[in-house]
Amino acid sequence: MQDNSALNVNGINVFYDDFHALWDISLEVGQGEIVSIIGSNGSGKSTLLNAIAGQLIPRTGVISYFGETISGLPPHETVARGMALVPEGRRVFPRLTVFENLFMGSYPSKARKNREHSLKNIYELFPRLEERQNQMADTLSGGEQQMLAIGRALMSEPKVLLCDEISLGLAPIVIKGIYQKIKHINELGLTIILVEQDITRSLKAADRAYILLEGKVVLAGKPSILTEERVKKAYFGI
Amino acid sequence: MEGLAQDILNGLLLGGLYAIVAIGLSTIFGIVRLVNLAHGDLMILAAYLSLFMAAALGISPLLTLVAIIPIMFAIGYILQRFLLNRVLGEEMEPPLLVAFGVSIILQNFMLMTFTPDARSLMSDLSLMTFALGGNLSVPVLYLIDFCIASAVIVGQHYFLQYTYMGRGIRAASDDKYAAKLMGVNTQNTYAVAMGIAIMTAGVAGVLVGMTFTFYPHSGPQYLIIAFGVVVIGGLGSMKGTFFGGLILALAQILGARVFGPGYQLLCGYVVLLIVLAIRPQGILGRG
Repeated sequence: MQDNSALNVNGINVFYDDFHALWDISLEVGQGEIVSIIGSNGSGKSTLLNAIAGQLIPRTGVISYFGETISGLPPHETVARGMALVPEGRRVFPRLTVFENLFMGSYPSKARKNREHSLKNIYELFPRLEERQNQMADTLSGGEQQMLAIGRALMSEPKVLLCDEISLGLAPIVIKGIYQKIKHINELGLTIILVEQDITRSLKAADRAYILLEGKVVLAGKPSILTEERVKKAYFGI
Repeated sequence: MEGLAQDILNGLLLGGLYAIVAIGLSTIFGIVRLVNLAHGDLMILAAYLSLFMAAALGISPLLTLVAIIPIMFAIGYILQRFLLNRVLGEEMEPPLLVAFGVSIILQNFMLMTFTPDARSLMSDLSLMTFALGGNLSVPVLYLIDFCIASAVIVGQHYFLQYTYMGRGIRAASDDKYAAKLMGVNTQNTYAVAMGIAIMTAGVAGVLVGMTFTFYPHSGPQYLIIAFGVVVIGGLGSMKGTFFGGLILALAQILGARVFGPGYQLLCGYVVLLIVLAIRPQGILGRG
């Protein structure tokens, strides 16, 4: 284990009742890195993120966060420690306004104190959200909802940001904009884990990548050594 | 038209009382998707608690609210946290059945403990009125009902609209999974929501007890009023609940005036059916 690792997943096995979803997954994310987790539908990417965020509890194995064991903690404990998940499908609160959605992001008691400051930063990062702050979240476009979901996660002042399929269902130009923001957020010092189906885009953004297939890590390394051909083979399991 | 203005005034004031009877039922359905069939019985329980407290301490039933409010909050919290949370899920039937069970237990507990005699929370306010000029006079008790009910509803509205806990409750009702990700402890949030709902039921119970007589089996009667108000006003809408209360009470009182006192309840339900036919989601409900 490196000294500067932000997150360390050590041999976790996750089950949905009798279904074995993740098999002995180990991965490590260094502080300040962008790490991509790539895999097709059903490969266990979202399960992995949900296990890290505390929505699912691994049957065996340990997840540690800056040296502290966090596997088994409920989500409200992991978010209080500085880990925020941007969930698949955005999951903004449809009947709350944009402002209230962001307000909810600062729910952990530590984040409440700096709410105004965080809000200002997020409005600077996504000026569109400030323009729409009094609109109900379900009146936003898909891209704006994605910005809101990311902004809401940032309101908790995380050290590690987990992003689940942030390009899903968005136009290429919008995706490009979102990825620029992710890069920018990373430069501000946040560690980022990206989960994607889109191989090219996530390899381009990442410092390192893990490829999952049927709940197992089948390939890992820096994008420079992960040629698209190798990744594709691993991705499809051929 | 002798007394028409008086009837309308009484109807409006009574409407405030009906609104507070319904607000807890509406809130908890809107947030937890749970139809609390024990709502009326919990109201009546609060009325009995107030009765005995007022008698033991020799104070006005209104003063017992100081103790009734936290007690009812605690009852609601515990009920949700340790009983109803366990059966919440995709299906609506299990919590419905548990609430029904709680209702039966409460009714029989009250029957055993407090006897089937009719009771009421007497105070020197009961017979007081003040004249407004013309032939109009305001029954002081109705006015107090209306004012306290309005204050509770407005207070609850602000709590849900502007505080962290209130927004957390609404967020959990929108998307439980996402609310957890924000750090909301949804088990606790639902329990607080139920605590508040039962607290409003407690206030409603004391006010109802001061205004009318009650028996151990009075609960379902108020549950039905609460349903009526919620259906007319629209589920989950606080303004709707308030107007629903006014409309149901006005319909009953004006119905009684036109067709005779025997038709009071019927007139309320006819209005209810008309609203259901024309606007099934309620006057201010979401479509």
